[in-house]
Amino acid sequence: MQQVKNREHPVAAAGGAARPRERAANGPAPHDPAVAPAGPLVAVDGVTKRYNGRTVLDGIRFAVERGEAFGIIGPNGSGKSTLLNLISGVEAPDGGRILLDGRPVADHPRKELARWLAVLQQEAVLAEGFTVRDVVEMGRYPFQNWFGDEKDDPSPLIDGILDHLQLAPLAGRRVDGLSGGERQRTALGKVMAQEPRLLLLDEPTTYLDIGHQAMLLDRIRKWRQETGLTVIAVLHDLNLAAMFCDRLLLIRDGRQLAVGPPEDVVTGDLIRGAFGIEPVIFPHPLTGVPQLLLGGSPDR
Amino acid sequence: MKRPLALWGGAGLALLVLSVTVSLSLGSAKLPLSDVWGVLLSKLPAVGGWLEGGWAESTEQIILKIRLPRVALALLVGACLSLAGAGFQGVLRNPLADPYTLGVASGAAVGAALLIHFGLQAFFLGMWSVPLSAFVFALASLLLVLRLANIQGKYRLETVILSGVVVSAFLSSVVSLLVSFSDRVVNEIVFWLMGSLAMRGWPFALVLLPHLALGAAALLALGRTLNLFALGEKQAAHLGVNVTRTRLAVLVVATLLAAAAVSVAGTIGFVGLVVPHLMRLLAGPDYRVLLPLSALYGGIYVLWADTLARTMLAPAEIPLGVVTAFLGAPFFAWLLRRSKRANGG
Repeated sequence: MQQVKNREHPVAAAGGAARPRERAANGPAPHDPAVAPAGPLVAVDGVTKRYNGRTVLDGIRFAVERGEAFGIIGPNGSGKSTLLNLISGVEAPDGGRILLDGRPVADHPRKELARWLAVLQQEAVLAEGFTVRDVVEMGRYPFQNWFGDEKDDPSPLIDGILDHLQLAPLAGRRVDGLSGGERQRTALGKVMAQEPRLLLLDEPTTYLDIGHQAMLLDRIRKWRQETGLTVIAVLHDLNLAAMFCDRLLLIRDGRQLAVGPPEDVVTGDLIRGAFGIEPVIFPHPLTGVPQLLLGGSPDR
Repeated sequence: MKRPLALWGGAGLALLVLSVTVSLSLGSAKLPLSDVWGVLLSKLPAVGGWLEGGWAESTEQIILKIRLPRVALALLVGACLSLAGAGFQGVLRNPLADPYTLGVASGAAVGAALLIHFGLQAFFLGMWSVPLSAFVFALASLLLVLRLANIQGKYRLETVILSGVVVSAFLSSVVSLLVSFSDRVVNEIVFWLMGSLAMRGWPFALVLLPHLALGAAALLALGRTLNLFALGEKQAAHLGVNVTRTRLAVLVVATLLAAAAVSVAGTIGFVGLVVPHLMRLLAGPDYRVLLPLSALYGGIYVLWADTLARTMLAPAEIPLGVVTAFLGAPFFAWLLRRSKRANGG
């Protein structure tokens, strides 16, 4: 398990606006990585969720270590996004429990949680009328007091993020006039401004072309390397998921089919069972992670 | 972010002073603007001693006893209604939300009409009973509207407005029923319903003032949080906003503001819809700027509407609600077309 203790911001490390300030000192003591309880950052323990009597998640069980990139894959309607909603605490499980940093999700005050857990959603920001810079600054909300002030002036951080994501020329533009890729970059900027230790990705690449998909995941990968960020990602594209994640969880109809490294999860049998397709699976010529092509449907 | 507030706030304050003095000079007795300035300035503690009263005693009486309370009330009612509209629009993320489309005003009208019908205006709490009854009924009808519109925990924009219209229509017929039951007080309810600031005087302004102060303070404190609602409720929650609690707080405060205005002045439409929209066009979507500007310009808007209402067909009065609708509806239609074109629709 990689345990990177570098708390510097990616921007500073990437040679952007140098920002010699220790962010970790800002946060409340229990969340300091040095003090935080050992053990996984996220522990999902036999979680069950029902809507109107229909079971959408049933006995899900896994743990995510600090610094890991963990992927959740499965067919449409398998409960992936629900699982993410339970981890981020916007919904509560009906059975089992989810521990963040050793404590149940509901025990973390929302604002405190937002200082180290951020979510990048499928649909990009819709804050009509606000500028790109306004939206990125919204990421500082959990650190601001009642008057909207922070201990340190966040503008160097915001400038650094805008530069890093090549959003600086767009900073004064209204978000409703942006392209899909620019919107998603703005959303990423907002999430980076939160300076999280845990990032949840809810199919953030769905509406992006392959170039923007690769760019987005590449930026997040760099961000991980620089800060030791932990990522839990729901990804539609199995090949992207296998390339991006250290371990994968495969679910279908709310049931867990497999957890493990991509080699153990993206296999012919499991993929056939989950998606009802006949896949051709081969190692990526450069990295060796399993990649998948459609063979034919099983009834052909 | 604060520049639009200084710019449009400054312009608004200048416009406010101008509007107040012009409105004070207009009426059945035309008073010269210099006299209006003189009377007002002579009442300021610092300058009062320096001025010599070159105006008639009756002029001072008309300005201070008759016109000024009405002007103050117009400003307060306008500020309450547009603040309420801005709050509803922010928290429901619905550009069409306002005290009227949400059924809040009709609820308040039922609450107030019930008291008027039974002649209980001064019962129990004196001046405060009508606003309180209006608030209780307004809140109940808002909860009913939201309950109707709530489909699996989600408020669809169109559904909220649709159920608002349904509940409004029902409540309006309740008021009509009350009106038809009572021959004796029929005129009182009807005139109050159409909206008027006539014959209200200082006591009504003093009832409204604490409502406005409390409501404005509460909404302004939530301005930053309301900005995050523009990202959607889920994203706001991810940024650490307690969505349920904030939504409830804003809805209750906006309802309080709307109910107070309705209980004093009757139903005055389009203020809460038009003014926040206009401010958004001028100064941008930031609620920290939008809320104070809405209060300021809402006051000016109703002041001018009321000035027109009392002067255009003098000595007869046009109901204030009629004037705001005549001014507001075409403006709103223009806004709607403009935003449709801007969205390429």
